[in-house]
Amino acid sequence: MSKAILVLEDGRTFHGFSYGAVGETFGEAVFTTGMTGYQEVLTDPSFHRQVVVQTAPQIGNTGVNDEDDESDRIWVSGYVVRDPARRPSNWRSTGDLGDRLKAEGVVGISGVDTRALTRHLRERGAMRVGISSVDLDVRALQQRVLAQPQMLGADLSAQVTTPERYTVQAEGEHRYTVAALDLGIKRNVSRRLAGRGVTTHVFPASSSIEDLLAVGPDAVFFSPGPGDPATADGPVALAREVMRRRVPLFGICFGSQILGRALGFGTYKLGYGHRGINQPVLDRTTGKVEVTSHNHGFAVDAPVGERIDTEFGGVEVSHVCLNDNVVEGLRGLEVPAFTVQYHPEAAAGPHDADYLFDRFVELVEKKG
Amino acid sequence: MPKREDLKHVMVIGSGPIVIGQACEFDYSGTQACQVLRAEGIRVSLVNSNPATIMTDPEFADATYVEPITPEFVELVIAKERPDAILPTLGGQTALNTAIALHESGVLDKYGVELIGANVDAIRKGEDRQLFKDIVALAGGETPRSRVCHSMEEVRATVAEIGLPVVIRPSFTMGGLGSGMAHTSDDLEQIAGAGLAASPVHEVLIEESVLGWKEYELELMRDKHDNVVVVCSIENVDPMGVHTGDSVTVAPAMTLTDREYQKLRDLGIAVLREVGVDTGGCNIQFAINPDDGRMIVIEMNPRVSRSSALASKATGFPIAKIAAKLAIGYTLDEIPNDITLKTPAAFEPALDYVVVKIPRFAFEKFPGADKELTTTMKSVGEAMSLGRNFAEALNKAMRSMETKAAGFWTAPTFTSVDEALEALKVPHDGRLYTVEAALRLGATVEQVHAASGRIDPWFLDEIQALVDLRAEILAAPFLDEELLRRAKRSGLSDRQLAVLRPELAGEDGVRSLRHRLGVRPVYKTVDTCAAEFQANTPYHYSSYDEETEVVPSDRPKVIILGSGPNRIGQGIEFDYSCVHAVQALRGVDFETVMVNCNPETVSTDYDTADRLYFEPLTFEDVLEVFHAEDSSGKAAGGPGVIGVIVQLGGQTPLGLANRLKAAGIPIVGTTPESIDLAEDRGLFGALLAENGLRSPDHGTATSFSEAKAIADTIGYPVLVRPSYVLGGRGMEIVYDEPTLKGYIERATEISPDHPVLVDRFLDDAVEIDVDALCDATGEVYLGGVMEHIEEAGIHSGDSACSLPPITLAASHIAEVRRYTEALARGIGVRGLMNVQYALKDETLYVLEANPRASRTVPFVSKATAVPLAKAAARIMLGATIADLRAEGMLLPEGDGGTVPANAPIAIKEAVLPFKRFRTLAGQNVDSLLSPEMKSTGEVMGIDAGFGQAFAKSQAAAYGSLPTGGKVFVSVANRDKRSMIFPVKRLADLGFTIVTTTGTGEVLRRYGIDCEIVPKHYEKPGERNAVELILAGEISLIINTPQGSGASARLDGYEIRSAAVTADVPSITTVPGAAAAVMGIEALRAGDMSVRPLQELHKLLRGSE
Repeated sequence: MSKAILVLEDGRTFHGFSYGAVGETFGEAVFTTGMTGYQEVLTDPSFHRQVVVQTAPQIGNTGVNDEDDESDRIWVSGYVVRDPARRPSNWRSTGDLGDRLKAEGVVGISGVDTRALTRHLRERGAMRVGISSVDLDVRALQQRVLAQPQMLGADLSAQVTTPERYTVQAEGEHRYTVAALDLGIKRNVSRRLAGRGVTTHVFPASSSIEDLLAVGPDAVFFSPGPGDPATADGPVALAREVMRRRVPLFGICFGSQILGRALGFGTYKLGYGHRGINQPVLDRTTGKVEVTSHNHGFAVDAPVGERIDTEFGGVEVSHVCLNDNVVEGLRGLEVPAFTVQYHPEAAAGPHDADYLFDRFVELVEKKG
Repeated sequence: MPKREDLKHVMVIGSGPIVIGQACEFDYSGTQACQVLRAEGIRVSLVNSNPATIMTDPEFADATYVEPITPEFVELVIAKERPDAILPTLGGQTALNTAIALHESGVLDKYGVELIGANVDAIRKGEDRQLFKDIVALAGGETPRSRVCHSMEEVRATVAEIGLPVVIRPSFTMGGLGSGMAHTSDDLEQIAGAGLAASPVHEVLIEESVLGWKEYELELMRDKHDNVVVVCSIENVDPMGVHTGDSVTVAPAMTLTDREYQKLRDLGIAVLREVGVDTGGCNIQFAINPDDGRMIVIEMNPRVSRSSALASKATGFPIAKIAAKLAIGYTLDEIPNDITLKTPAAFEPALDYVVVKIPRFAFEKFPGADKELTTTMKSVGEAMSLGRNFAEALNKAMRSMETKAAGFWTAPTFTSVDEALEALKVPHDGRLYTVEAALRLGATVEQVHAASGRIDPWFLDEIQALVDLRAEILAAPFLDEELLRRAKRSGLSDRQLAVLRPELAGEDGVRSLRHRLGVRPVYKTVDTCAAEFQANTPYHYSSYDEETEVVPSDRPKVIILGSGPNRIGQGIEFDYSCVHAVQALRGVDFETVMVNCNPETVSTDYDTADRLYFEPLTFEDVLEVFHAEDSSGKAAGGPGVIGVIVQLGGQTPLGLANRLKAAGIPIVGTTPESIDLAEDRGLFGALLAENGLRSPDHGTATSFSEAKAIADTIGYPVLVRPSYVLGGRGMEIVYDEPTLKGYIERATEISPDHPVLVDRFLDDAVEIDVDALCDATGEVYLGGVMEHIEEAGIHSGDSACSLPPITLAASHIAEVRRYTEALARGIGVRGLMNVQYALKDETLYVLEANPRASRTVPFVSKATAVPLAKAAARIMLGATIADLRAEGMLLPEGDGGTVPANAPIAIKEAVLPFKRFRTLAGQNVDSLLSPEMKSTGEVMGIDAGFGQAFAKSQAAAYGSLPTGGKVFVSVANRDKRSMIFPVKRLADLGFTIVTTTGTGEVLRRYGIDCEIVPKHYEKPGERNAVELILAGEISLIINTPQGSGASARLDGYEIRSAAVTADVPSITTVPGAAAAVMGIEALRAGDMSVRPLQELHKLLRGSE
């Protein structure tokens, strides 16, 4: 086992062993608390440019398989675990996680006191980090970490979006057509829609309103994705065009922040974000609590519990996180638009919020 | 929506005595429930017959009824208390069954009492096999192919269809009682027959075998708004086929992808909703086919279960507490998370550690019992450990078991790979030791997977990694920091490393090397959220990681060492005393630090002590906790740890006392030297002689010839036993030389360090138990004097006893006081001491003196209204008996030896687990009592008169004494004379007497009419005694063993075995029969009443 180091921008250092590819990598250090679903985490485009710390200590137990990827590659820029499995065991497993990380050139570190690291990030906030298994000089690595760009102000959509439009066909009878703007979409979003008879055309992030309307969509979807929503002026303008035309709009995560901005709200960076699959969200329209999958470092700044007048009519905060009252969902009272900050498509995570895809389809039905 | 305002008074039902499958986890859950309800301003009345529970301490309820948990007695309590509602989901199957019975008989309607936390419909759906199968199908899930059968004919027809092997599960039994796996048609006849008998509704489920599938459990909670959370997932290392209570289990699930886990979760929630559990917790078990992932729902418990306690301790999410809040109307989002305080309980805990639970068995107590692990639970306790990886948690759990083996390589095991692989085929206690041996001897993971009935390769590889690490440690030229740290991160103990590196001169050598290299554990926190939020509860576990989370504190600290996993001889009673010590000291400016590894207990509730360390109770682990607390305390400018209490947790902490003291740790209370004095025959004998105290003639032997010489001198019968034991392990009464020879030959560990004690056995003596306190000034306070109902020779833990001692004269008590004072002062007791005496022919003999808290402390405390363990803890920290009298903890005048004349009579009765164990031939194991303790728990019956109290104790322990019907009497010749009067009384009361020839002849001579039936071997197959019992014709059995020595054990075995099978009360001693007659008289007089402990205690302390 060759040695590796992890150095945070404030100098806090952890020693461990090389995991995955040998090399050096940088990104924003974030932790995720899910106890299952590492393969989905690794392949979630929203983790682009982030070094993910798994708080669950035993990682890789079920290996990797051909079915659970949420995109066509691993996106995390680095991976921090405590105890990687030596031998995967699962009837669907087709390979070892460490081998896959190596094959995709993902630099990781194992044997780290991930709990200490998590507590540090909780107290000091998400920050830049470097992992190296080639140069164990801490000071030098810290200097290189400090030279990296911040997540605040990062415009990453172009780096994760599809280069070409593609289509995911409805399963069974085709009912509706959705134009989805890919800001870092996960496969399970289109799958959940397809299961409801929706054909999804997935568009590059730079697409115009005309591009979207060309497929004759019954609704438009704004996907999750990485980066600072404050930089996403293009998608924000597009959302406004969609609402102006009263085409039903649904968004998830980054897509929710886009809607927030399009409605005139600001966005802000959370201290250390919500990343995990155990987050309690209150649906304010029903009073019910759902346990949900989260992956967001930014949030919409909107007042909870009141009707807010915008140029698109009344809007309300439909969902909040019970842990910290962060805005987790927006709903147009006049305009046919709603979004959630968390992940109803799950993968990884519980399916409690799956009903939101039904709500989306109902919204389209009503409109039609 | 906050709590219901219409509930002003809630009744909580406990789970009664500790039995296999229903242990002290229900004290933990019930105690939490009582606390929650009272904190909400609700009046709480409580029924629980188990005096060794914290929940029955008078301060936990407004009215505490230590009464039998039977529909009859609970109805009396309802009539007296008139509660608005009953909360029956926190007292295990006992409470649930009682509540259902009260519902069905209309009692609840009659008194307008509502069931909360469960509805009858949901309970039925969860527990009725056929209904449950339909529910799972409605929820979109699968169950094994199966059919519910009500007769053997139906059973045979079903098996003809689905084929062998099949699993047999009786309906409405707990802990899988009566269930099993049939591989052959003989198995089928036997197990299904017994299952039909065990089921109160005469119903068994015959189902397709899913043997070898992966087994999982989910713990879920639901509130009245239909919010559902999964608190914890648990994976069994032992695949399907071994009861989950007998399996090594891990949390969270280790070998599921998110897709599979979410499927499990979706189905669990769907089933929960379909069953209609309104509020509260439930547990669902699943099996997954390792080949294709096919998932099957096995069963659900619509209540707080054993697994709920484990899940609560494993996650920090207090299921019982939350369940109680949900039952009175709160919703999950309204309840704050105890640990973070800022976030709500409506979430799913995230773990950043691994939890391993290992069951503790007691097969050594039941020679002849079949040791194969099956779907019937046989374990008597469990230990849990937390680590930052599976290996660390596993190794910590293995050394928490309090068995001879303390982890891999610390005990001999297989030396041939073929033998190891062969042994793996039958699930057995310590199977992971066999796995390790097989792998180490060269078997592959695949071979072990196949041989072990498909233990998941991931777990096997984790053990393979330890085997590889072992090889590295053996091969290394020396143990450097890097390798040592790696070993510790894998959870290996100093003791294990010492075995591998003999040049380090044992565990102490490894430790000094480790400390020199700075390799010490840190302490992490169980916080429910994987560090996402700050935790406010110091619930810690050790790990070899970087950062410690122990918060420095300058308060004086006291560490209380718990008692580890429950086993026969060391159970909940010791946890009770530990919890009391915490309660007593927490109130007087000490910071209390609890160390224990038993997840079932109140002591390991993070609310109990100021700080909780969930750690093995080994020397190494305790030393490190001490170091962490002491050094952080001193660094904060405080005194650090000022004392460690070893006296209250039974043999486990006591066994550490000498080494801890030698390591410079301040042991408070009785010194280790004094403890040794009481154990050392020579010193103790000198003490007795000095004070003119008598003891039976005795000697110490390290060989047969020595033992024979002693026995020849003092005369047979003799009591033989190994030194330093608790619960009478290996203790026997020997009547002749051949038996003595056999005993010595079996006592393999006999050595000069571990001699065998040979005592003259006092036949027909009255045994007396005393718990007493002694302080530094030498003042002695008699806590209680108990008189055993059975004569000496039956282990005190297994015999019934009464307090006050009903037949002892004032002169006897005075003698007991003189002896006890001399012993306590002579030994130098600071705290509690227990002495056992025998009174024979007006002479008092000391049988043994133990300077520690005993099993009877909770019983005595409840029977006398004096908290002895609290007083002991205070004395250990410097208080005097005079101080405690002055502040009102102890009686201002007098003590437990001077009970007022109008004091109620309290009877303690033991509960025995014979029904759980079968021999290889499928017979019940013998239920005869002996000096070796076999009971798992106890009950208390308390009332104004002896008869009523005894009747209550029997009702609580075994179900009621009969008030009519047939009594079968067969007694030994020596007992015939003394049996005449009680039997005549039964005949006068209208019982029909059935006897064997010898007994019958004597009875007829006294004019007692009786039917004489042959013994089973005289006329097999005919109307003989065993057949009558099995046919259910007999309502009471009085059977004392004939002869002496080994033959006494054999006589009547079939009768006692049949009694166990048919669930007929069986009395095996003459005094027991007399007591039963008095109990029956009381029951027939119909004057049974119930009174809360608070009222009884007022009476007892009224003289203040």
